Amino acid sequence: MHVMKRRALWMVNGALFIIVLLWTIPTIGLLVSSIRPRDDIQSSGWWTVVPHLGWVSTGEQRPLPEGQTRDQPITIDGVTATYDEWREGVDLGNGTRLVWVGTLRLGQLEVYRQEWTASTRFTLDNYGQVLAGREYEIRNTDGTTTMVQGDNLMGAFLNSLTVTIPATIIPILIAAFAAYGFSWMRFPGRRLLFIMVVALLVVPLQIALKPILTDYVSLKLNGTYLGIWLAHTGFGLPLATYLLYNYISGLPRELLESAFIDGASHFTVFVRLILPLSVPALASFAIFQFLWVWNDYLVSLIFLSLGNQDAQVLTMRIAALVGQRGQDWYLLTAAAFVSMVVPIVVFFALQRYFVRGLMAGSVKG
Amino acid sequence: MENIKTRSDDQFSIVELGLAALAVLATFAFLYGGFVFLRDSGISQILTALLAVVWGVGGVAALYYVGNLFIEKLPHNWTVRLQPFLFVGPAVALLAWYLAVPTVRTFALSLYNANSTEFIGLKNYQAVFTERIMLEALSNNLLWMIVGTTLTVGFGLLIAILADRSGFEKTAKSLIFLPMAISMVGAGVIWKFIFDFNPNIGLVNAAVVGLGGEQQAWLSLVQPWNNLFLIIVMVWLQTGYAMVLISAAIKGIPDELLEAARVDGAGEVLIFLRIIVPNIAGTLLTVITTVVIFTLKIFDVVMVMTGGQFGTEVIGVRFYREMWTNGNAGYGSAIAIVLLIAVVPVMIYNLREFSKRRAF
Repeated sequence: MHVMKRRALWMVNGALFIIVLLWTIPTIGLLVSSIRPRDDIQSSGWWTVVPHLGWVSTGEQRPLPEGQTRDQPITIDGVTATYDEWREGVDLGNGTRLVWVGTLRLGQLEVYRQEWTASTRFTLDNYGQVLAGREYEIRNTDGTTTMVQGDNLMGAFLNSLTVTIPATIIPILIAAFAAYGFSWMRFPGRRLLFIMVVALLVVPLQIALKPILTDYVSLKLNGTYLGIWLAHTGFGLPLATYLLYNYISGLPRELLESAFIDGASHFTVFVRLILPLSVPALASFAIFQFLWVWNDYLVSLIFLSLGNQDAQVLTMRIAALVGQRGQDWYLLTAAAFVSMVVPIVVFFALQRYFVRGLMAGSVKG
Repeated sequence: MENIKTRSDDQFSIVELGLAALAVLATFAFLYGGFVFLRDSGISQILTALLAVVWGVGGVAALYYVGNLFIEKLPHNWTVRLQPFLFVGPAVALLAWYLAVPTVRTFALSLYNANSTEFIGLKNYQAVFTERIMLEALSNNLLWMIVGTTLTVGFGLLIAILADRSGFEKTAKSLIFLPMAISMVGAGVIWKFIFDFNPNIGLVNAAVVGLGGEQQAWLSLVQPWNNLFLIIVMVWLQTGYAMVLISAAIKGIPDELLEAARVDGAGEVLIFLRIIVPNIAGTLLTVITTVVIFTLKIFDVVMVMTGGQFGTEVIGVRFYREMWTNGNAGYGSAIAIVLLIAVVPVMIYNLREFSKRRAF
């Protein structure tokens, strides 16, 4: 019985370990690649940073074999292969490998030996290039150099912060006021208005983009921070109001009543009593909304890019980068990681609140 | 609450009311000035960012403050009557402007032609359900919905159960949950990298070549399986969500119940089917609903990884292309309305649950 239990535990741990590994590998690959030099990314996989048995150049060079017709398969040390195969490198079978360097007529054979090796050249240059937006030099294989423009992600990073912070705090403030109103005040239309909140929980925001953009164009809000804050506020409000209502309406009634007897107004009670008591619920929604806004692509694409190029946020910049320079992985990996740093830090710091928010939340539109 | 006294009750003064009204107007004027300044000034970006954050957050707080100041200076019965609307008014107004009214406006747009000048009835809807590319999108979304949801919930359930019995539950859950913090655009980049054609770059092709196979353009040429590779990205992102909810529900099952079953000699499979699943059915339903809605609206992942080409078109991308790239407001709106109709059952369910749950 005991042995079986231990074996079961081993299997559970093993299976879970494999799943977790599979889940983590993509992120690790991105992170590792982002700190490898450009040439290394192009010529070897990021996994070669792990020690492995590979072919390492010995620096030794051998002359080309004489006296063979080179448009026929060529035999060297008893191994026969075509010119193209030799250029790729041919294994001699004794732990060495020859690679034909140069043309068919002129060139030499380079000797490689199988050894334990790891690709360990690391650099922060990729980050410099994506963040600072300066020009930098690329050495081509034929020895010439080209100047290439980097990417100015620093600006997009600032924009993301400028968009996200108010777009997180404003809906919380508005929703908290509303949640208090719905919980502790009596007024005509209260039930109907709250039903609207519940109904809007799952409405897809795609439905709103065109009409709102029309309004924004006529109000000249298009491409402004205010416009995008309000849009995120509007789209986040149903969930925010719903979550905070659930929390605030559950606070003990006596607490408020004693405050009212002391002559406090609703406003004072809300600011002095309810807000401080609601911090856990506020924090849960805050992290939810923060991640949602920071990671949003569609809403910013509609309300920012069509108005103002300088207001681009990180997700937009990175999606554009994928389109323009889809093979420049040294830039893309660094850029993607720049966009992930803030949410990952927030996530690890406030994971508890995030989980609580998820549990309390229903479905978001 | 009618008989609760507020300070303004005893000391109503027209002067104070006037001053409060002035404060409201001054705040509005000041905030508008700030808006114009931030929009037009050429100050450095960092400074703009800082000022904008202070202006936006402070502005909203200030508006509530002066609005309340004004209302509390009114005669008492008016304070009582109007104060609730100060509290819920802004939220209700924003909800109406940003979600409720647009539903009607978009529906109206969907009955008109591309530039909204001519009424064409249901022609856009007819196109939505007959056009080849749109049919491809609809069937792909169905695939996303079925395969994506099954895999997400399945993995979520599996991991929740394994983690519950393992020796490193916390770490495992954190790492599985981590992708939730990553944007779908970022995830698109990560997985495009994994699926890259070059076996020196893409991990999948490296593995395939290493095993003696031939490298493939997974995302473009391996049709229709490329849809599946995109779905994997969503599963990777959303499994954490499913896992967290399911895990909490499993922990909510009373230990005595499980122990009793074990004492009776029930195997783990039987316990899973007869005790765990029925006890977490409500949570499973929530998770499934959320993930289904998520798959309906999927956009970023496809947009970044394939742009909807190579047979990977989905409703979300179609909506974007029709509405913004092709500028066809009528057709785009019709697609948005189809999305809305798809979530109506969930909306009705939410409303039912709400009215059942409390006497509001």
